[in-house]
Amino acid sequence: MAQIGYSKKVMEHFMNPRNVGVIENPDGYGKVGNPVCGDLMEIFINVKEDKIEDIKFRTFGCGSAIAVSSMVTEMAKGKSLDEAMKITRKDVADELEGLPPQKMHCSNLGADALHAAIKDYWVKIGKIKPEEAKTEEESHEGEACGTD
Amino acid sequence: MCGIYLDHQSACPVDPRAAKFAEGFQREFGNPSALHSRGLAARVALEDARVKVAQLINAESPETIIFTDGATEANNLAIRGLAQRNAAKGKKLLASSIEHISVLNPLKDLKKMGFDMSLVPVDCAGIIDLTLLESMISKDTVLTSLMYANGEIGTIQPIKEASDLIHEKGMFLHVDAAAACGKIPVDVQQDGIDLLTISSNDLYGPQGAGALYVKPGVRIQPVIFGGGQERGLRAGTENLFALAGFGEAAKLAKQEMAEESSRLSPIRDDLIKEILKIEDAYLTGHATKRLPNHASFRFSRIEGESILLTMDAMFNIQVSTGSACSSRTLEPSHVLLAIGLKHEEAHGSMVMTLGKSNHPDQIPAIVAAVNQTVQRLRAISAMH
Repeated sequence: MAQIGYSKKVMEHFMNPRNVGVIENPDGYGKVGNPVCGDLMEIFINVKEDKIEDIKFRTFGCGSAIAVSSMVTEMAKGKSLDEAMKITRKDVADELEGLPPQKMHCSNLGADALHAAIKDYWVKIGKIKPEEAKTEEESHEGEACGTD
Repeated sequence: MCGIYLDHQSACPVDPRAAKFAEGFQREFGNPSALHSRGLAARVALEDARVKVAQLINAESPETIIFTDGATEANNLAIRGLAQRNAAKGKKLLASSIEHISVLNPLKDLKKMGFDMSLVPVDCAGIIDLTLLESMISKDTVLTSLMYANGEIGTIQPIKEASDLIHEKGMFLHVDAAAACGKIPVDVQQDGIDLLTISSNDLYGPQGAGALYVKPGVRIQPVIFGGGQERGLRAGTENLFALAGFGEAAKLAKQEMAEESSRLSPIRDDLIKEILKIEDAYLTGHATKRLPNHASFRFSRIEGESILLTMDAMFNIQVSTGSACSSRTLEPSHVLLAIGLKHEEAHGSMVMTLGKSNHPDQIPAIVAAVNQTVQRLRAISAMH
């Protein structure tokens, strides 16, 4: 039988989201999504010895958007930046035991927000140029929302 | 904690008395088209249901009632059946911009067959603009479709006034009364209605039953072809079990509607008063011209599906939302956009529809749950 509704894991993360909040003066900050589409995510990271030492998020969005944000912070915490850059949307959805097909795009922005925060940090330390931080997530804008 | 069900607009429990009445027709089965004694008994039961439904809306006769398998089918039959049967008289179709999708989609489909379709705007409370309606009707306007009351925002339309305009300048009026029937008095003769959609489940009858009222003298053609049941307008053996329950539910609604509405409207008013105390909470729909069981809101900076899930998982309270994220198409409710909400505002909607299981003692728990839900989601939210 096809899965009905959200997986237990999605509901568990939605009801008890990990790492909610803000880091003041973070080392890296990423914000993706669009309130018009119903999803807006921001991720804050602090980096120590090239590893994500602390990570927080805030999200406006549906159940899966909140669960995805929570999960991606849990997956990224303690990882090296290079490892964290390899976390994909699919990885996050898989860790959540799947997302409904129509939610795979619109609310699955956690990895994008994470990558944006890491690139923001890399720009700050001069590892990459600002134009290189123009990220994949920008190419996703409006893709699933269909309202622009 | 015992659950509180506040989504009667989506599905109602079957009234136990209607269920008990219908139960008999599971044992005493028969095909109403058959001429033997079992068939005739089934026919009697079917016609009894027809009388009860006709009485609920003060129809001229039971023969005006065509049974269908629900309101969606009745809306399809009304729109397609009337437009196609009367195409020689005119090919212009009108509907309000907040009609149910089962009205809007058949209208859109008719455009492919050479019909012209326009939408009448509504104001920010969801009331159709009568002046604009008048200006949009021409002698070619064969059908205008307006809903009696809207399920998402609860707003009740000035049907009688619209009917006068339509019959003065145009031709036929179809009214989708799925959300209204059983909650407020609907009188097809007094309101001047040509076609009217009724839903069984919305008035505590079984799901899978509905009806289209067709005024005597108004001609429509079928959309489902077959054995000629329901005066040839809806082929297929009638769902006697559901229709018997529908009839009984309609009878009970007629008897008890006034009392039930005056019981529910103070609960509705208290919920609205208390929930609007929450910061950046707004009522959607009209403040007074609204269904007695209907309270609908939007909250800034949070999203409706998250509201629905939190209310359900944390408080065992079932509500509805017009948010895009909970719809199959991921489009925000066309109703909320039609009353002028921006997309980001429409995302934050929450709809509560009261019913027989609700009572005033539940108000504090509901209000507390909404408060905590909004607080929780705003604490997570990236919008400030």
